[in-house]
Amino acid sequence: MHGLINKGIQVFLTHTYGQEIWVQIADEVRLPGGSFEALLTYEEELTWNVLAVASKYLGKSEDTLLEDLGTYLVSHTTTEPVRRLLRFGGFDFADFLNSLDELPERARLAVPNLSLPELMVSEVSPDQYEIICASDFGRYGLILTGLLRAMADDYGSLCLIEWSASERGEETVSVRLLDGKHSAGRSFSLATEAAQ
Amino acid sequence: MNAPVPGFFLPRRALDAVLPMHMVLSDDGIIQHAAPTLLKISPLDDLVGTGFLDVFEIVRPKKLAGAKDLSSLLGTRLRVNFTTSEQDNLRATINALGPGCGYLVNLSFGISVVSAVAKHDLTSADFGANDPTIEMLYLVEANGAAMQEARSLIRRLQVARSHAEDVSFTDGLTGLRNRRALEAEVAQYLRDDTSFGLLLVDLDFFKAVNDNHGHAAGDLVLEKTALRLLKSSRDEDYISRTGGDEFVILVKEETRKDILLKIAERLIREIENPVQSEDLTFHISASIGVSVTTDYDAPSLEEMMLDADRALYTAKRDGKSRAVLGEPKQLCPPKDG
Repeated sequence: MHGLINKGIQVFLTHTYGQEIWVQIADEVRLPGGSFEALLTYEEELTWNVLAVASKYLGKSEDTLLEDLGTYLVSHTTTEPVRRLLRFGGFDFADFLNSLDELPERARLAVPNLSLPELMVSEVSPDQYEIICASDFGRYGLILTGLLRAMADDYGSLCLIEWSASERGEETVSVRLLDGKHSAGRSFSLATEAAQ
Repeated sequence: MNAPVPGFFLPRRALDAVLPMHMVLSDDGIIQHAAPTLLKISPLDDLVGTGFLDVFEIVRPKKLAGAKDLSSLLGTRLRVNFTTSEQDNLRATINALGPGCGYLVNLSFGISVVSAVAKHDLTSADFGANDPTIEMLYLVEANGAAMQEARSLIRRLQVARSHAEDVSFTDGLTGLRNRRALEAEVAQYLRDDTSFGLLLVDLDFFKAVNDNHGHAAGDLVLEKTALRLLKSSRDEDYISRTGGDEFVILVKEETRKDILLKIAERLIREIENPVQSEDLTFHISASIGVSVTTDYDAPSLEEMMLDADRALYTAKRDGKSRAVLGEPKQLCPPKDG
């Protein structure tokens, strides 16, 4: 599992639930150094263990944690770079949804050895989208659900977003666009803070 | 046979969408039309009716810098700036549209797009749908973030490595350098041809402290001894702990044996000062074996330690609390019959 994702989980847990609980989790899973490095790669099992232990300590289901992680990645200031890179994908939320199948490729431009699951986006009826997510991890769709909720807010769109999974582990996230201009959303400038 | 390619009409709005930074000039170089993004970045409110060569200056190629005739600028990649604003570093090509039809000038940002986007507050709507500029900005930003993370990781690895090196070269109890560090230091001296005297210090009556008062007392004595060694030597001298109650001192660039002996004797007096601990007082001393690089053609730590150790043995045998010079084999007369 790429360190970037693990680091994301760590930052989410630390900022939401505190440093102390993270230290306990890291201890129990025997994470070397007690902290993930964003640029290194780790055994898959370590990620699953972190989630399982976090779920146990926090009394929340792993599903809930994954969804919250997705929301956190977009809406928190620490992960602003992630939000910005996602916003590049589309000038409005519908445009962004249509660009999701390019997401794995865009991610690899930034981080060459990061592999994200393939996403298949289809507009099944006007303003009704289905995003099919197939991966070994089997639960990226949950992260995506939280992420899409936050992105909809970011763009100022009002949506109904739901997650479901088949027995084969194929996840579907359905998005119903209710109002593309529900609010102003958050501003986004192509220029980075450094350039301004 | 070359049949002429049929021409077509291109509505102004379509051309604006495809080339959002183009201009159309009349035959004599007066701007007839400017596309939306070009207008957005222009320091002038309107470009129509002004002369192309009045609004823009040619920066590169240098030889065309003062050109007055548009035809001389055809077919070349030009670098231009607005005459009345700071550098934008725009790229321009000028294309003839046919007799009497004037010119089509297309501009683009090139590498300056990153700063231009900030300066003019450009959005994705200001670039053509086929333009890879947005992808390029994404790439610049993503690479920047990745580089920053990489630099951060490298910094942390450097600190960790430096810390690990320190730990592996340090004696935990006294904070002095350890045997491994000593070996590295001597290797450096030998490489640099730096001469030095080596003092092999072995504490006297130390075992009794451990046996009678326990290891905590022994540790305290060792710590205090280490401090005394540090205090009574120069900055350029190298103090290390190489064994339980054994220390090695390198006296840099001092090869006079009488001086080295004096230094050793002074150290012994320092070590003999009683060590105070709450209500107990400890008394130890030291025996020292001395070797010096000038006694060897090709000095090595191993040989110098061996000779200093033999001298140390002599010191212990002769009553302790003293320093003895080593006698390297080379200086001993060969045993001939």
